[in-house]
Amino acid sequence: MKSLQARHALLADTGYQLTVLSQADAAGAHLPAFAHKLRETGLLPLRPTSLRVMQINVGKMCNQVCKHCHVDAGPDRTEIMTRETMQQCLAALAQSDIQVVDLTGGAPEMNPDFRWLVEQISALGRQTIVRCNLTIIVANKKYHDLPEFFAKHRVQVVSSLPHFSAARTDAQRGEGVFGRSIRALQMLNEVGYGVEGSGLQLDLVFNPSGAFLPGNQASLEREFKQRLLREHGIVFNNLLAITNLPVSRFLEYLLESGNYESYMEKLVAAYNPTAAENVMCRSTLSVSWDGLLYDCDFNQMLELPVAATAPQHIRDFDEAALNARAIVVNQHCFGCTAGAGSSCGGATT
Amino acid sequence: MEKSTYYNPADLAKFGNITEWQPEMGNKFFAYYAEVFKDGALSEREKSLIALAVAHAVQCPYCIDAYTSDSLQKGADEAQMMEAVHVAAAIKGGAALVHGVQMMNKAKELSM
Ligand code: SF4
Ligand code: SF4
Repeated sequence: MKSLQARHALLADTGYQLTVLSQADAAGAHLPAFAHKLRETGLLPLRPTSLRVMQINVGKMCNQVCKHCHVDAGPDRTEIMTRETMQQCLAALAQSDIQVVDLTGGAPEMNPDFRWLVEQISALGRQTIVRCNLTIIVANKKYHDLPEFFAKHRVQVVSSLPHFSAARTDAQRGEGVFGRSIRALQMLNEVGYGVEGSGLQLDLVFNPSGAFLPGNQASLEREFKQRLLREHGIVFNNLLAITNLPVSRFLEYLLESGNYESYMEKLVAAYNPTAAENVMCRSTLSVSWDGLLYDCDFNQMLELPVAATAPQHIRDFDEAALNARAIVVNQHCFGCTAGAGSSCGGATT
Repeated sequence: MEKSTYYNPADLAKFGNITEWQPEMGNKFFAYYAEVFKDGALSEREKSLIALAVAHAVQCPYCIDAYTSDSLQKGADEAQMMEAVHVAAAIKGGAALVHGVQMMNKAKELSM
């Protein structure tokens, strides 16, 4: 499997993705507009509550090519954040009250300045979250000491493991990924991650390996904890249940498997006004590898920048202007408001 | 024109409409239904797998569709789902076969 971009797929064009999302179904019926649903709930225009998290996408390079990846990441992607752009992010952080920096990618660890960035965030006294895909830890000798490095900076590790069965994990993330993820989790446990009383937080992300919504987060967490402990001696803190949004490679999967229409209908039917109130873009700012600003990582991948009233680049960071902006929404947003709601921190209700 | 068949997948989504002709009983049924499937002494996933097995035993295509997606959603994997179907098959098959004893009794009663 290669990225959409490497395959020159139509869906590599974000304009085309947005066209698909706004199309009528085979019977000519249109899904309700997300903005209209927000209006009914009294949330339009959607405004930030307060800026708490800066999510930085440090690059699209990844050692994996997962089928559901909304970033279209992979080994063939070369977009990577420079140290100069990182410095601009740090300068913005220093003048704001944002306490949490959420590092994502691709595999963020593949950015050559990744460790430097974590050290700088630590020096500013802010909390780092890393979205670690696990297999990177065992991919190459130079990454084997990542668990120790994370522990040293008390980084919160958030890692995808779509299932406790190898077959379901590998179907989504690639052959052999489950086995390597288990090994990486054991290495994280060995330095204290996920172990009670260590203060080193290890959260797992459950995202469905197919065209269905995640089930009850608490119930899934119990099941994952039992199975991972019994079968692999692994412990972790929280399970975050995240809905797949119809963006990029997951959108491709939906279209190719014939599940697109029914999946969108499921999301719309499960619209939850409370989840709409709690969408993560109300408290997050998303920065792309080239320093541009977005309301969230999904908008970033759809190339929907923050509203024109707000600064467009991190070098022009202006918290007041950002807090006053209207968040840009589109049909993919139904993924954040379905059922128990979904965010980078899991369910929202 | 919509194709007319005994089972139409689109009808599953209309299940709720049964309350239109008898709201009181229908609403009570759905309230009870929702209560049954909540996490309790059995987890939501275990209940979903039981429902999947029963769906096969009663051979209801709506329920098979609904509880296949529900089982996946609740975190079940293929092996668990197929084992649930085998439980249904074993009980259904066993239920047929155990009546063989009745047949044997009757045959013995009638035979010299
Ligand atoms: S989902 Fe994560 S691990 Fe998988 S290809 Fe995308 S960025 Fe890489
Ligand atoms: S997709 Fe992004 S902008 Fe839309 S609701 Fe979710 S977090 Fe907000």
